[in-house]
Amino acid sequence: MEPILNVAHLSVTFSRYGRGFSRTKLSAIEDLSLTVDPGQVAAVVGSSGSGKSLLAHAIFHILPPNSRVEGTLLYDGAPLTAHRAAEPRGRELVLIPQGVTYLDPMMKVGPQVCRGRRDPAVRARCREVLKRYGLGPDVEDLYPFQLSGGMARRVLIACAVMERPRLIVADEPTPGLDARTAQRVVGHFRELADRGAGVLLITHDLPLALSVADKIVVMHAGQTVDEISADQLQSGYGPSHPYTRALWRAMPQNGFAPPSGDLEEWLT
Amino acid sequence: MGHRLRFTARKLARMVLLLLGVSLTAFLLMNASPLDPLQTNVGQAALGAMSPEQIARLEEYWGVNTPAAERYLRWLGDALRGDFGISLLYRQPVLEVIGQRLSNSLWLMASAWVLSGALGLALGVLAGTRRGRWPDRLVRGYCLVISSTPSFWLALLLLMVFSVWLGILPIGLAVPIGAEHAGVTLLQRLRHAILPALTLSVTGVANIALHTREKTADVMERDYILFARARGETAIVRRHVLRNVALPALTLQFASIGEIAGGSVLVEQVFSYPGLGQAAVSAGLGSDMPLLLGITVVTAAMVFGGNLAADLLYGVIDPRIRRGAAGT
Ligand SMILES: Nc1ncnc2c1ncn2[C@@H]1O[C@H](COP(=O)(O)OP(=O)(O)OP(=O)(O)O)[C@@H](O)[C@H]1O
Ligand SMILES: [Mg+2]
Repeated sequence: MEPILNVAHLSVTFSRYGRGFSRTKLSAIEDLSLTVDPGQVAAVVGSSGSGKSLLAHAIFHILPPNSRVEGTLLYDGAPLTAHRAAEPRGRELVLIPQGVTYLDPMMKVGPQVCRGRRDPAVRARCREVLKRYGLGPDVEDLYPFQLSGGMARRVLIACAVMERPRLIVADEPTPGLDARTAQRVVGHFRELADRGAGVLLITHDLPLALSVADKIVVMHAGQTVDEISADQLQSGYGPSHPYTRALWRAMPQNGFAPPSGDLEEWLT
Repeated sequence: MGHRLRFTARKLARMVLLLLGVSLTAFLLMNASPLDPLQTNVGQAALGAMSPEQIARLEEYWGVNTPAAERYLRWLGDALRGDFGISLLYRQPVLEVIGQRLSNSLWLMASAWVLSGALGLALGVLAGTRRGRWPDRLVRGYCLVISSTPSFWLALLLLMVFSVWLGILPIGLAVPIGAEHAGVTLLQRLRHAILPALTLSVTGVANIALHTREKTADVMERDYILFARARGETAIVRRHVLRNVALPALTLQFASIGEIAGGSVLVEQVFSYPGLGQAAVSAGLGSDMPLLLGITVVTAAMVFGGNLAADLLYGVIDPRIRRGAAGT
């Protein structure tokens, strides 16, 4: 089956002006490859600063202007150029961004979720998705500063599932949510995947990822160091890379074994 | 609501203190002026021909021999009762002179204020959303050139081009020379206000555009703009940028009242436009203390009122303040 998203040899570098006219290059993602199939939840785990958000932003072509992207991004088998991304963005291809700063502070929740469309069908749909995440109609009339962290997070998720997405890129959608809500959110992703969508779930929470994901992609320092199926990782036999093993051992049911030596800094 | 009332009351109290300070400063500066009111207003030759009694009467009229503290306190006492005295130069009540002049200037300042605000906002947003590209360079270039051009020079330039070479606009004054007051049409008044208003606007635009550009560029880098792009939104400038630039732009717009008022002094002088600014200059040079103090107080009150209006509007527009206040 054709993967819905195919990232091959992606690298992202930043150029920065140093002293005088010198330019320094900073490599944030290097030779990263992964695929997401329709019906699949692929979880990306990795330490802070390993380039997970950059990967998400690269897919949506919203990296800062001083960045350079190399490698190929295929969506539905065809190159996802900035031009071609414009069409599915926000409709088939949706992003759940990492923080509440992605909400416009001067706009009420309702219009933000509806993207400014006012027809009754869209309004009803908005009400429906908010309700699904336990947010009443009164929330539509609030400004982002009036939301709690968890509420804002759910509003961001609601923005994404307003449409009928074919690929969802969720950048750490669950921090700030209680365990049950978090489980419900990823459960919803699973549901969407079962109906044929692809989900790229970026998270720090390995147990949560394991509970819904089909495969786990482990990122470290801008590279994928491991890509294994959830079952393999679950069983504890699969992980080949020391970093993945360290992640696995740190899970509660595996005894919180503290990683030794220089693995320590990998864990956040 | 009580919150906002208290806020306004506090601001008004501060305004009273400010006006007191401004009037005292203006008084002290004028008092320290090396100009002798008799020599500048009556003239050396005329003074020479006068008898000592006449000179003494004139000195009394111009208040030369009254101690400074007494003069200021007397003015202040009257002013608090609403009596701003009689202008020494115009021999009319100060408030009347100010009223006439202000009605001339208000045209000028209001049109310059609106024009520079609207144009400044548009250019600033245009440049800020296209940072580093040619519209930005063009706008920035314009702003830098204008900011470093003295406004009187610009006024002279416009005068040369439109009045002297092209001959399509009057050279100065507020009404045609020799026209009867009652016979002046609105169109004639407008034609006379065009060049001064244009000068004021052209200079005012630069400041507003540059500040708006900064703010717009800042907003363009925010996460919510990225998210809007990632969601395929098309009207990002209208939906998100303007909404977030509106508040600082508003503050800027009301703060610019001071600059417009200050700029009008020079511009009116160049165009011999009989407005408040020109009256301020004659009052200053002619040692007309009551008129100068009156103008100073009125102008300061206008500027302060503008800032107060901005603060109050801010509270109405900014949801964080509006809803925050409603909650407490
Ligand atoms: N605009 C930028 N300019 C330069 N470097 C950047 C920029 N944005 C991100 N980086 C660098 O790229 C690296 C990856 O950042 P990214 O935001 O993708 O991390 P992350 O994996 O999402 O981390 P977290 O789990 O904390 O969200 C970091 O080391 C960061 O310093
Ligand atoms: Mg991140």
